[in-house]
Amino acid sequence: MTRSNGKKNINLTLKVWRQVGSDVKGRLETYQANNISTDMSFLEMLDVVNEELIINHRDPIAFDHDCREGICGMCGAVVNGRAHGPEKGTTLCQLHMRHFSDRDTVIIEPWRSRAFKIIKDLVVDRSALDAIIQAGGYISVSAGGTPDANVIPVPQEAAEKAMDAAACIGCGACIAACPNASAMLFVGAKVSHLALLPQGAPEAARRVLKMVQKMDDCGFGNCTNERECEAVCPKEISITNIARLNREYIKAGFL
Amino acid sequence: MQLDSKVPGGPLSEKWDKHLFDLKLVNPANKRKFEIIVVGTGLAGGSASATLAELGYNVKTFCIQDSPRRAHSIAAQGGINAAKNYSNDGDSVWRLFYDTVKGGDYRSREANVYRLAQVSNNIIDQCVAQGVPFAREYGGLLANRSFGGAQVSRTFYARGQTGQQLLIGAYSALSRQIAVGKVKLFTRRDMLDLVLVNGKARGIVTRNLVNGNIETHAADAVVLATGGYGNTFYLSTNAMASNVSAAYSAYKKGAFFANPCYTQIHPTCIPVHGTYQSKLTLMSESLRNDGRVWVPRNPGDKRHPGQIPESERDYYLENKYPSFGNLVPRDVASRNAKLQCDQGKGVGETGLAVYLDFKDAIQRDGKDVIAKKYGNLFQMYEKITADNPYETPMMIYPAVHYTMGGLWVDYNLMSTIPGLFVLGEANFSDHGANRLGASALMQGLADGYFIIPYTIGGYLAGTKLEKVSTDDAGFKATAEDVKTRIQKLLSIGGKRTVDDFHRQLGNIMWEYCGMARTAKGLTKAKNLITELRAEFWENVLVSGSGDQFNQSLEKAGRVADFIEFGKLMVLDALARKESCGGHFNEDYQTEENEAKRDDESFCHVAAWEYAGEENEPNFHKEALHFENVTLTQRSYK
Repeated sequence: MTRSNGKKNINLTLKVWRQVGSDVKGRLETYQANNISTDMSFLEMLDVVNEELIINHRDPIAFDHDCREGICGMCGAVVNGRAHGPEKGTTLCQLHMRHFSDRDTVIIEPWRSRAFKIIKDLVVDRSALDAIIQAGGYISVSAGGTPDANVIPVPQEAAEKAMDAAACIGCGACIAACPNASAMLFVGAKVSHLALLPQGAPEAARRVLKMVQKMDDCGFGNCTNERECEAVCPKEISITNIARLNREYIKAGFL
Repeated sequence: MQLDSKVPGGPLSEKWDKHLFDLKLVNPANKRKFEIIVVGTGLAGGSASATLAELGYNVKTFCIQDSPRRAHSIAAQGGINAAKNYSNDGDSVWRLFYDTVKGGDYRSREANVYRLAQVSNNIIDQCVAQGVPFAREYGGLLANRSFGGAQVSRTFYARGQTGQQLLIGAYSALSRQIAVGKVKLFTRRDMLDLVLVNGKARGIVTRNLVNGNIETHAADAVVLATGGYGNTFYLSTNAMASNVSAAYSAYKKGAFFANPCYTQIHPTCIPVHGTYQSKLTLMSESLRNDGRVWVPRNPGDKRHPGQIPESERDYYLENKYPSFGNLVPRDVASRNAKLQCDQGKGVGETGLAVYLDFKDAIQRDGKDVIAKKYGNLFQMYEKITADNPYETPMMIYPAVHYTMGGLWVDYNLMSTIPGLFVLGEANFSDHGANRLGASALMQGLADGYFIIPYTIGGYLAGTKLEKVSTDDAGFKATAEDVKTRIQKLLSIGGKRTVDDFHRQLGNIMWEYCGMARTAKGLTKAKNLITELRAEFWENVLVSGSGDQFNQSLEKAGRVADFIEFGKLMVLDALARKESCGGHFNEDYQTEENEAKRDDESFCHVAAWEYAGEENEPNFHKEALHFENVTLTQRSYK
């Protein structure tokens, strides 16, 4: 579905969060984005705005981005109150301007969470997510000495479910969307990915306990079943992974 | 300087084992006395960092992104090759070796390629043990699919996200080493220069992208795994931050650059649709397993594809190459797409596209089967183009994707600078003039998990390394050079943005050093780039200052290097008076428009040595010897 009704170029008013650093107050500033092709991606639209700002000796809008094909997880902003914008299952870089209408006002804000400090404008520090993985989001095997790959058969269904969970790109949208800034979907996805595979079983209990502990230490909130995370997840990761996280956590407690 | 590839003697299949035995070892207790810097956290850098740390070395790892999980290996879609022969279709280490050498149009080093094929099987074992959720058959064993340039099914995959899953595997191994303190991780860092002490690589200068600090780091060896230089073309399938600056700074410090003109133009990308476009998106080669490539038989036929009857379609790959059909290697597929468009048979608004049609596959296997294999790719295509590929054929066109050239390395993956090792796409070694699909992931992980951990030990054990500190003059002077250049970029205050220059460079490169090259065009490009460089340093406008988060400044440094590097690509293309793989010079082609090699004069690696800003680089040659395969005109008919 497109909203631009076949119109090739549209004009927008942007209200963008500008903040020089984490210790400085930020504010929304208004910019005009004119003559925007509806084939552009959202980030390409920001590129156009930035080129104009640079030419006019003004500070361009800082935003994180890299692969621009929806897989690296680097980009992300809250667009009109929704993480990654209005399209379901879509990262900001894969959101195209055909989903906006001429003369729309678009509000663009950074991810907001106690655990994500603002670096500049729309750029935030998400290193807490790496810290959670470092706490246990892996299978402890070193290079070399592993058995032939076909030694352990994995039921196709388990492999598929593990893959569904492993599709997480670590963008942080789930946390930005959650009223509690909970990282349970992120943690649940990783715990599920590894718990669903036989290779992950030996460390399952230790993994879930350590990751949850780290998640709490980093200042992320708890899950109260708002389901906002699932709604904005660009990889459409299901909250059944949170249920599995809870089960794994309880199971680990009884060991 | 005589280039010594250090390829061990003996029969091909025994070289690596023999070499492993001959390499000096560092005993476990001594490993913790060594510091190793690894730049880049893609498949090569991530796996190398983790493995070196597992062995006991102290590793410092650097990446541009905010997390090591985001390096551009993550975007690889289709799969990773290995010679497991799980499909029982006659595969072997020897066949994977042969296909790769042939696919590279006989311009790679036999011994390196054979070793790559040998360790390919270990990679799959390693990744499965880490929990990479590869696709499986109903019985629970691993599934395979086919890729271009091979007649066996040897590609392992995790839907259309194989690169992501392998990278997460390497990232998790890396995370484990960070947790135990064996790897110190530095994110949001740009490597801006290499530090040499007594001729050896002993450290790097980085810019902290958050606060702009210029930092120096010392080590006993430096490993570059900084990817390819496809973004020289401005538009490519590479990520926005992918750049040549780290490799180029090493080149300026004396590391030879090999075969820079070998660039891979991938045949199946979403076509260009506007001047504002910032990047191109690849559609995995795996789609050619089931998709059929065609154009209208008659030039200028602008009918909707559904209205063009079978008899008026030209399935040109199937017709021209009956034995490989739609699965010819990338260079062949790309060149043929261009040929069709040049004849006016291109489709879509711009006429620069061909169809990739799934109608027959959907009819044969059902929509569900196709959706399971390619669902996420179809979805991605629809998001970008607003067309539904289940109903109308995809439109595709070639785009810059991978660079086979890179810093010259010997069999130990060490460059011409002692102590500087180069892995993955950043080196030149395994793919010759054209890389086969699903081989980049294989090479990145082979280098990181199974080659560098041994060869770097040989260097460290056999080299006298004096103590160095970042307080030494060499570090301070290099940091000063970096600061001076940043100040210069910021002070020009011209009228054109960095992107504007980059776009212009990209147009020059694509026009004259892209899919088809001529001596005349390349000579023109050389002059245009010289002019562009002069204008850049007089008229570029970089906003902000050096002591803050400044993406405009980051880009400026990268584009300055791309411009100089573009010229090196052109010089290399000019010097290689033949066609081979991704380097197609129109003056050298067979009657059937295939690349015509000149093995008499050009069966060598061209390695370029920097000779100062105003001079052309010095040319060095590493002759390639083929003892196990016979050089023939590559045929996929």
